[in-house]
Amino acid sequence: MGLLSKKDAALIKDPLADNNPITIQVLGICSALAITAQLEAAIVMSFSVLFVLGIGNVVISLMRNIIPSKIRIIVQLIVVAALVIIVDQVLKAFAYELSKTLSVFVGLIITNCIIMGRFEAFALGNGPWRSFLDGIGNAAGYGVILIIVAFFRELLGAGTLLGFPVLGDPIEKTGLYAFGYENNGFMLLAPMALIVVGIIIWIQRTKNKALVEDH
Amino acid sequence: MSNKTESNVYTILFAVAMVVVVGGLLAFTASALRPKIDNNQRLEKQQNILYAMGVNDNDETSAVFVSTDKAPELFNQYITKQLVIEGDKVTEDENAYLIDVKKEQASAKAGKERRLPLFVGNKDGQTYYIAPIRGKGLWDAIWGYVAMDKDMVVQGVYFDHKGETAGLGANIKQRYFMDDFIGEHLLSENGDFAGITVAKGNNDPKNENKTDNKVDAIAGATITGDGVTAMLKSELKKYVPYFKTLK
Repeated sequence: MGLLSKKDAALIKDPLADNNPITIQVLGICSALAITAQLEAAIVMSFSVLFVLGIGNVVISLMRNIIPSKIRIIVQLIVVAALVIIVDQVLKAFAYELSKTLSVFVGLIITNCIIMGRFEAFALGNGPWRSFLDGIGNAAGYGVILIIVAFFRELLGAGTLLGFPVLGDPIEKTGLYAFGYENNGFMLLAPMALIVVGIIIWIQRTKNKALVEDH
Repeated sequence: MSNKTESNVYTILFAVAMVVVVGGLLAFTASALRPKIDNNQRLEKQQNILYAMGVNDNDETSAVFVSTDKAPELFNQYITKQLVIEGDKVTEDENAYLIDVKKEQASAKAGKERRLPLFVGNKDGQTYYIAPIRGKGLWDAIWGYVAMDKDMVVQGVYFDHKGETAGLGANIKQRYFMDDFIGEHLLSENGDFAGITVAKGNNDPKNENKTDNKVDAIAGATITGDGVTAMLKSELKKYVPYFKTLK
């Protein structure tokens, strides 16, 4: 990356792997459970968080020297909520179809602990450009896990990807289903998201022993 | 810290300023975009109604509305009459499709007579009666439009929801679920209103039996399915007296 200094590039790269917000920091688990039953929903959510966290981090970073520390959490919450509502309204006016897909997630974005976590841990103590990179990096790290989990849940649970039947038709018994394969409906329920995230954490820590905490 | 940003006065002033700025910003955005949003919602209603009577751009597997720029023209072309039913009184109103079913349900609860909108459509010589319905799913509101013939046999439906679980309850707006309703009878064999039950284990996954008042449920979406059943029963029942007058 010629554009970014090594330190700045790390802000983007670290959250994608060794400091991933979901698998290492264990943040944002609630939305990872809620919306990974379908790949499309996971992708929409990833981009929404990318946008809100990128902009939000910059706004908080610009305000960092004037925010009274006693009410900083409330201020952060208001910034997220205002951003999300404005985005929602603008989409409703200019991209109505997209806003309908997004409507479920508006509440989930506001309560996503990654956003508050990054405001609190990074944007309050760093300049706007670095905060922006940190926001993009963390949102991307979150999105990657979301999309991986959703890929397996939709494929194994419903036999589809982005709504397209990739394994054949379960009622007509074509494709894989002709050989007695059945969808595992359990994959669509919330507990399986935790188990898939758990497996990702397991693989990641087996490959990089430095990530294993010793107690 | 003896910083000025730590004093109580500063904190309170900051909070007040923040509320004014953010509140003003949100109020401005909302009112500036209101007309555009209203227009989008109006077009969506037209698309939904047309979808239910089979005027849509469906491909093989997915539900596709007619495009928004064609919707008003097609709506005028296919919807011949818009009726408002109040008790025994039936009036025509060309803006009946803008009646808010949610508000009507609330005013019915408050003891007022409910206005029931019904849209009469004509396509290829066949008459469709389309009723808007609204109910509760697992998390939030669900609603839809049901197109029927004069014998209350379903000709097409469109369902939508506010926040049902993606991949489970949200699938009520998928073709494979909505298409099951086509041809299904709302009246039982002896002519009483029976509704349509979204049933588990009705052993008819291809929905070949159209007179059993049942369609196949979505696995993992029991409560949303029950919501659809309840919505169809309680809402469409109110239209039965009008359909009796058609005979």
